Amino acid sequence: MESVLGRYRNLIILVGVLFLQVLGLAVQVKRSSDAESTRLIRIWAVSAITPLERGLVWVQNGAGNLWHNYFYLRGVRAENRQLKEQIEQMRLEQVRLNEDAAQARRLQALLSFKEQFVSRTVAAQVIGSSGSDLSRIVYIDKGENDGLRRDLAVVTADGIVGKVLQAFPTVSQVLLINDQSSGVGAILEKSRLQGVLRGTANGEVMLERVMSDEEVAPGDTVLTSGGDQIFPKGLRVGTVSKVGTGKDLFLNVRIRPAANLSKLEEVLVVTEKQERQAAAQVTERMRAADILAQRLPSVPDKPATPEANAGGTAGNAATGTAGGASGALPPSKPLTVPNPQAGAATKTQSPSGSTKQDAGSIPPGIVTPSGSQAAGSSHTRSATVPGQTVSNGAPKTAPPRRASEPAAQTGNSQKTVGSKPADSPATSPETPKPALPQSNPQPPAADDSPN
Amino acid sequence: MQITYTSGEQVEVYRFSLPVTVGVPLLALFLQAFVPRRFPFFSYFDLPLLVTIFFAMARRNPISGLLTGAVIGLVQDSIGGHAIGLYGIAKTVVGFGASSLGVKLDVENAGARLLVTLGFYLIHGVVYFAVARGMVNMTLNWSWGHSILAGLANALLGVVLYFLLDKFKQRT
Repeated sequence: MESVLGRYRNLIILVGVLFLQVLGLAVQVKRSSDAESTRLIRIWAVSAITPLERGLVWVQNGAGNLWHNYFYLRGVRAENRQLKEQIEQMRLEQVRLNEDAAQARRLQALLSFKEQFVSRTVAAQVIGSSGSDLSRIVYIDKGENDGLRRDLAVVTADGIVGKVLQAFPTVSQVLLINDQSSGVGAILEKSRLQGVLRGTANGEVMLERVMSDEEVAPGDTVLTSGGDQIFPKGLRVGTVSKVGTGKDLFLNVRIRPAANLSKLEEVLVVTEKQERQAAAQVTERMRAADILAQRLPSVPDKPATPEANAGGTAGNAATGTAGGASGALPPSKPLTVPNPQAGAATKTQSPSGSTKQDAGSIPPGIVTPSGSQAAGSSHTRSATVPGQTVSNGAPKTAPPRRASEPAAQTGNSQKTVGSKPADSPATSPETPKPALPQSNPQPPAADDSPN
Repeated sequence: MQITYTSGEQVEVYRFSLPVTVGVPLLALFLQAFVPRRFPFFSYFDLPLLVTIFFAMARRNPISGLLTGAVIGLVQDSIGGHAIGLYGIAKTVVGFGASSLGVKLDVENAGARLLVTLGFYLIHGVVYFAVARGMVNMTLNWSWGHSILAGLANALLGVVLYFLLDKFKQRT
């Protein structure tokens, strides 16, 4: 027996070592979602390798910066001049884009869309790679100590790069989008076709799950769809470089990544993204009709009729109540602050004559005759429809004020339109009083109006 | 059983100092991780494999050869993002094979080293491919043309590298 063991000692040890590794591999495959089982080994290996890389990158960057910032300054003036011109052009472009973005936000708000914002990023430097063409991974010099964690998006100014696969204390592993185990939700910019971006064994990036009857052309831009819950929607991925027929009724769409994945230097890790209602403060509760009305040439206001006024009061009162119930109006809002929104609301009210519509369009903070309203809108209202609300509506529809109620509401409202009733207390505009408490909305004004 | 870095067989065996034994594989792993960032074509080379083959052939001890291969392979796996053990298994086989071959053949001249390195590069690729496909279910495409070309490139680099590493050899 001993002679057999001695004779096949090398083979037995080989089989034993291989068996142990196969066993370890099998455990990892079974727990494919759990990276913690090998974390310690990886930390040791990374800790042994990355300090050298970090040091070398530091020296390399220092030398490069010294050369480029202090010695090699040829053509800097000309470049500076070009950049200034470029900035001017981009400012003009920015004005146009701001308009488009504002319009998009308004429309998104109307549809209650939610949008994602990249609210915080961490800049990191690429210090190394896996070194294998079978595993497309890079190492960055930021880790858990800098707030990085698993599954964070990594991007550059050009486009997306990958995601954080593992975060160690001082470094992180980034899985590039051209690795075969990577997957990113993507969408074609023009046709809005959705697919899944995957890497291949030879480092190419393919867009999968696009049906063969769809039209995809080389040059089409590919963006992130946000469906993977890692990358925010709308980030640039790359362009279609080749389209071919794949298997199972799907197209074979090859993508040229926008970011140069083979020569990455600095990257941004998206550590925080916010998802919020796409409602700008100004456009809250604005209707499409209001937006259109702002853009259309103004129509002279019709003279107010008693019916319209009565209806308007009811509508406004309803709005005030609803606004109070929703809690959108801050109780302590100064009454003399002009509200640009109110202008739009009032403007659309008068030509249509429909106070019901106006009630829906009045944003929080607009004064209603019932007293739960900011004065900015009163100011605008008085400018557009003189005397409509106060001379006819407000005195009629104002509910009896309670003892605990601040008197400024009615007083300010009346003062704004310039028809102060005799029984209202004189209120100075310099001392604005808070609006009515939101927890006690006024009853509908129409009910209380003495007809 | 005592595992040493030397062996006494018929052919000449060598040993290495501890700094070389630890430092050279670490340097190879470091270069393999660092250089492709600047020169992407460098990822076609497999410096840890070349170092494994060199140490295995020089020591001519199958056990130390397979252990060297296993350790280097496992560290290489740890740096990469895939399951740990793929490179480990492949390099264990290569380390064992190279040292077993070194016992029987004289692999000191450049021609023999070129052929041996090419052969073991292919064996390494086949084992990696088989394990990755069979156990980890990775999608890999095997290309003979690509493998042979990469093997030749590695073999050429290996010949140069072995020449440099020969300086660290110590006779037993």
